[in-house]
Amino acid sequence: MLFCYVALAPVLALFFYVRIIPIGFSFLLSFYKWNLISPRRPFVGWDNYLGLLDDENFLLALKNTTIYSFSTVLLSTVLALPLAVFLSRKSRLSAFYQTVYFLPVITPLVPVSIAWKWIYDYNYGILNYGLSFLGIKSVAWLTDPDIALWALVIMGVWKVLGYNLVLFLVGIRNISGELLEAASIDGASDWQRFWRITLPLLKPILLYVLVTSTIAAYNVFTQVYVMTLGSQSAPGQAVRMLVFDIYTNGFQFFRMGYASAEAVILTLIVLGLTVIQFAMVREDKVKEG
Amino acid sequence: MAKKRSLLRRIGLLACHTGLMTGALLMVMPMLWMLATAFKPPTEIALWPPQFLPTDWTTANFTGAFETAPFARFFLNSVLIAITSTAAVMLTSLVAGAVFAKYRFPGRTILFGLVLATAIVPFEAYMIPLYIQLVDIDWINTYQGIILPYLFMAFGIFLMRQHVSSAIPTELMEAGRVDGAGEWWILGRVIAPLSGNALAAVGIFAFIQGWGIFIWPLLIANDQLLFNMELGLTAFQFRFSADTGKLMAGSTLSVVPMLIIFLLMRRRIIENMALTGLKG
Repeated sequence: MLFCYVALAPVLALFFYVRIIPIGFSFLLSFYKWNLISPRRPFVGWDNYLGLLDDENFLLALKNTTIYSFSTVLLSTVLALPLAVFLSRKSRLSAFYQTVYFLPVITPLVPVSIAWKWIYDYNYGILNYGLSFLGIKSVAWLTDPDIALWALVIMGVWKVLGYNLVLFLVGIRNISGELLEAASIDGASDWQRFWRITLPLLKPILLYVLVTSTIAAYNVFTQVYVMTLGSQSAPGQAVRMLVFDIYTNGFQFFRMGYASAEAVILTLIVLGLTVIQFAMVREDKVKEG
Repeated sequence: MAKKRSLLRRIGLLACHTGLMTGALLMVMPMLWMLATAFKPPTEIALWPPQFLPTDWTTANFTGAFETAPFARFFLNSVLIAITSTAAVMLTSLVAGAVFAKYRFPGRTILFGLVLATAIVPFEAYMIPLYIQLVDIDWINTYQGIILPYLFMAFGIFLMRQHVSSAIPTELMEAGRVDGAGEWWILGRVIAPLSGNALAAVGIFAFIQGWGIFIWPLLIANDQLLFNMELGLTAFQFRFSADTGKLMAGSTLSVVPMLIIFLLMRRRIIENMALTGLKG
């Protein structure tokens, strides 16, 4: 037993220092006003939270992040599902497609954001060039914050599509072939098999993917920082997102308490999403049982 | 009738493959475009209509990038951070995972529960207090400060626990004890050698994560000599945003190591990601 504690001690010490304490500390800090340097750190109660309710930047960030997350997740799921169904058939090309679609998942975000920024470039961007063939005039993808949000969504879908695809693929392959075959013998069409068998059996994985990718999407930051912040093509017109707002309040304006209140909101959103997932999975199990 | 149906099927299949191919092309396009641009001279970069491949291939962007910013240093820092983090995560995951899987002790359920429960909280939500803690111990702007949050991974602990409890027979550990082996010996000589695949999975995750870290170094590294590739690239971007060629050359340097690792181990990486994603 002594061994257990001795072996765990370093890991747990680290775990408490870099995770448990900061998480607790962030709740605490959200009730204070502090600029990081001042020896004064007055307790302000719910003021930071009340301030957030009137803060246009925060509300915009919350709205943008929500739109971003739900659009990215929805689009990538809708695209990944049929791809997974198709690739689940044994085919020599299946492995090739998986590799290619998975590629963006493992590439680091900063360089790919830089590449996407160049793709979206107003003057020399390959996207505007491509659109010109369809008779569409050049779009200011990153300069206009309203359009930039969708530019970020497109890139977000590109990045996460392969991950969803591979998870769905595993889920579909786990569905018994006999079940599908029996349905076909009974005269079910491909569509019926998909809606009546594949999709219902895929539901737990679908839920898992929806929730985890929504959570991941809520933390969007790097793309926003690289693609829309204060460079020549987009002078200071960053798309307001939650983590970006936390970063700005905390590390540009040094409003540590205020930024912590925002961080607490982010934590609560994530927890809420997780609870919803658990509840839905449990409900399913109850129905089955 | 049957003939007509199979013809339809063929057309459908062809349409599917065309769609998949187009999709595949779109997936690799940003990377190819980055590569192609990195080898173009400035006159070909600012060109309308754009040309996909360079006419005059040049490596000037790469040499130029190394001259204008310490990219060699950034690269080494990235390597250092990723490797240290990978080694530490593998070690901490193995030890903690094995202990949580095979030993009974007071507090086990609570501690493991705590590891699991906090795994969902995003780093961005507690980076401010962590930053303040590191200010207090004077670790801002140091290597150890950058690496500290990446020395363990809740997910890695979870994965190793799953593996050890399902794949390592307790009898084997008992046999070791009968022969007079200590618990550390059992951990190192019985459990570790039988955990190669799971450890590799954890290591791959840690390496991918460690190579790509951005927001934490952005907060904590002020000195350019501590920048990793990711941070160095953004700093370079803001200072020389007009120099697209060099920027693409630098980006290529950051992407290529990941691409090589991925192409060498693609099957394993994809399988691991899929399976571990589903276990969670």
